Amino acid sequence: MNEHIVRSYEDELNALTAECARMGGLTEAQVSDALDAVVKRDRALAEAVMGRDTRLDHLQADIERRSIRLIALRQPMANDLRRTVAAMKIATNLERVGDLAKNIAKRTIVLTEAEPMTPLTRSIERMGRLVQGRLTSVLDAYTSSDVERAIGVWSRDDEVDEHYNSLFRELLTYMMGDPRTITACAHLLFVAKNLERIGDHATNIAEIIHYEITGEEMISADRPKFDALYS
Amino acid sequence: MPSQRDDAAAQGPKIKIRARDVNVFYGEKQALFDVSLDVPERSVTALIGPSGCGKSTFLRCINRMNDTIPGAVVKGRIEIDGEDVNDKALDPVVLRARVGMVFQKPNPFPKTIFENVAYGPRIHGIASSKKDLAEIVERSLKRAGLWAEVADRLHQPGTGLSGGQQQRLVIARAIAVSPEVILMDEPCSALDPIATARIEELIDELRHQYSIVIVTHSMAQAARVSQKTAFFHMGKLVEAGATDEIFTNPKDSRTQDYITGRFG
Repeated sequence: MNEHIVRSYEDELNALTAECARMGGLTEAQVSDALDAVVKRDRALAEAVMGRDTRLDHLQADIERRSIRLIALRQPMANDLRRTVAAMKIATNLERVGDLAKNIAKRTIVLTEAEPMTPLTRSIERMGRLVQGRLTSVLDAYTSSDVERAIGVWSRDDEVDEHYNSLFRELLTYMMGDPRTITACAHLLFVAKNLERIGDHATNIAEIIHYEITGEEMISADRPKFDALYS
Repeated sequence: MPSQRDDAAAQGPKIKIRARDVNVFYGEKQALFDVSLDVPERSVTALIGPSGCGKSTFLRCINRMNDTIPGAVVKGRIEIDGEDVNDKALDPVVLRARVGMVFQKPNPFPKTIFENVAYGPRIHGIASSKKDLAEIVERSLKRAGLWAEVADRLHQPGTGLSGGQQQRLVIARAIAVSPEVILMDEPCSALDPIATARIEELIDELRHQYSIVIVTHSMAQAARVSQKTAFFHMGKLVEAGATDEIFTNPKDSRTQDYITGRFG
């Protein structure tokens, strides 16, 4: 694509995208560390994740400020407008992902005080790695403007749901079998729910990337939806 | 051909101006290449594009302003309500009463405010009496949003008004003869932002009664006032479509480059 005639405008747009990509990297690390903490019962790591969350909040606020400034001063049009709005919306999604990672870390601290539940932790880890992979893929799609890759993430949304549903049943079995595990299981259920929602945010980001690049909205009805939980 | 027209009518708003394969030459130089464009009735169509792209040339074809330029040749067909504007039997003076025009710089006649607006109805014999004429002047000035500011000085010179007021006076003059189409060639480029906003508000009001075609260099203005946008480049119509589509998701890379400020 041609460059803007006004170079500082080009610089501002690039800086905005770069900031968003940086926030993406940090969010990925937060999710990865939160998952490690829960799997390895690592209290120190969990506390580190909780402490780093404010950085994401600041980044989000900064991206929002930059976007608003750009809209006010440059009046971006067409792909530039979509790029600006996409950055702002992706930052909002990433901030939410950060909150969910922080919440996983918080629950990890409670979980370290209970008896370890290895099989369940393995299921959580499998689901977590899957979600993490989706997040990484979608952020790669963002930095490389790869719409095919974004569509790939978007259309595989049901895998996470399947994991979540089976984990839900597994947790129920444990709680019914031994009521002493209820507290830990309840926390693990929230951890699973948080992971599932991180997956949803990855899907949202995929939709945003699709709009940014093509100018067309994705139709949610096209996406396979697996909802055995309520059926 | 008639079936095609029916389809178009069934699909959307009525087409007021239909241009087909319009080519314009200024002597040796070709200024427009095969331009085909529909202008919907009672809405604003914006023509955008870099200087020399042919947008003003196209605008001038609609009321045969190019007739006045020596060496200018217009080929192709432009219809208003199905009537060929280049029909030899059609008097350009009659055509220009149906198709009013507003220019970049306000050009009031060196006469009073009243006479500026009364001029057209008088020469076209529209008013039946003095009282009727006075009513037309008042109604036109009201529609142009100028009445409140000039009601007490109708017999002072039009040239004594501010730039923005003069432009609204010229618009009042254009609508006094009850045109169907109003052409505007960069009507706000000589005005400050407040006067510009007033004109834009006026355009938005007028579009309920008239079909408006506006040439503008301000992308933001095209986005604000028009429902349809046509992008011209090097004498060719590159892309035309709903304004919100053109400004959020243009299909042609040249349109995209132009509206996002990437053109060389």
